Amino acid sequence: MHIEIDTDVCVGAGQCALTAPNVFTQDDDGFSALLPGKEDGGGDPLVKEAARACPVHAITVKEPTG
Amino acid sequence: MNELTDLTEPTTPAPAEPVAWPQDRTCPYHPPTGYDPLRDGAPLSRVTLYNGRTVWAVTGHGTARALLADARLSSDRRRDDFPMPNARFAAARERRKVALLGLDGPEHQIQRRMLIPDFTLKRATAMRPAIQRIVDGLLDRMIAQGPPADLVSAFALPVPSMVICDLLGVPYADHEFFEAQSRRLLRGPAPADSLDARDKLEAYLGDLADRKSKDEAPGDGVLDDLVHERLREGALDRDEVVSLALILLVAGHETTANMISLGTFTLLQQPERLAELRADPALVPAAVEELMRMLSIADGLLRVALEDIEVAGATIRKGDGVLFATSVINRDESVYDDPDTVDWHRPARHHVAFGFGIHQCLGQNLARTELEIVLRTLWERLPGLRLAAPPETIPCKPGDTIQGMLELPVTW
Repeated sequence: MHIEIDTDVCVGAGQCALTAPNVFTQDDDGFSALLPGKEDGGGDPLVKEAARACPVHAITVKEPTG
Repeated sequence: MNELTDLTEPTTPAPAEPVAWPQDRTCPYHPPTGYDPLRDGAPLSRVTLYNGRTVWAVTGHGTARALLADARLSSDRRRDDFPMPNARFAAARERRKVALLGLDGPEHQIQRRMLIPDFTLKRATAMRPAIQRIVDGLLDRMIAQGPPADLVSAFALPVPSMVICDLLGVPYADHEFFEAQSRRLLRGPAPADSLDARDKLEAYLGDLADRKSKDEAPGDGVLDDLVHERLREGALDRDEVVSLALILLVAGHETTANMISLGTFTLLQQPERLAELRADPALVPAAVEELMRMLSIADGLLRVALEDIEVAGATIRKGDGVLFATSVINRDESVYDDPDTVDWHRPARHHVAFGFGIHQCLGQNLARTELEIVLRTLWERLPGLRLAAPPETIPCKPGDTIQGMLELPVTW
């Protein structure tokens, strides 16, 4: 799984970190960030929920193809 | 229900006659029965505001999430075509001093980015012990004074008021002043009261900012940072610091206070759900979301269209006003089964009670933390908590402001 966070549009609502706290956090500026070692989502089923919860659609989740 | 429901909302015709907005709630925790025509399953309807202007009412959950995240809808309250919810709001607009929620685009982004480090989930979590102390201290005092009590003035209002003072660096000793002025700002009674309250709050916060700027050893409040960093480096001017402080102070205590008072009232009216919650504190975070959904205290979020928008089989024209009926959106039965029933086990999280899009509540993590601590502690300390008056005699707030209880007589 590939996760992209667009920090240009992130508003720091923290919905990602609230929804999938084992994958997402907020950095010192309040922007969404991935926890170390969880760049691929770590197989957490809540990653998609976190992307859906983002109020500005800053999170894109891509499943590997093939 | 599932995620696909967002994509399959019906586009049935909206009711022909616009519904009057706002209306007063009959039951404090349900939308006014007068909004029933807005609950016919169509995602868009029309409502008429206090001044006769008819605007779009967004009532479908998927349509609301799409439109709240759509940059073609503006939140800029300085625009002449911005819809006015009441005469107080219209009077205040003459001042044209707005911050955060009242702005769009780069102006908004600059202000929001200055503030988000202070409102992260981590920061809210770090405040837990301080919030718990505040909650415990207020309950100690209430218990020492003995029943009965007005839960609004003894608990629901002081909890968030003390918390936001702590976070902003505003002296709590001034709480009677700023709580009273916030009340006048949000509820009048006349537009002149609202304006006068705004003047007084701005003068107070301006003086406070000036005093802080002379501090040799600045405090660690958000307002201290704004004054010593943003103001000094020229990123904000004094008026902007005052406008930001005003919105943070007012939004920081009035909203959560209403959730505490109305949430408590709701739980006392739902003894089975309350018993379930008390038996299993692990349900508390879900209960906070479900209460946010059910109570939708900020009902009627407003925007104006910057260009034509095709949505749900209709065209919102440039210049049209758009109102998000959060109490209706959060009970969209294509998303929430049996939406008028309190259910701690439903997936309530995608409610729009905190809004959605770039203006989604800045303080939501703090609000959630406060509500969790309150729900965990209130019944632990007061297991016999109950209403001290018949529920139908306890006054709730009128429809034209943030919803909540005006007072909440309780005993234990």
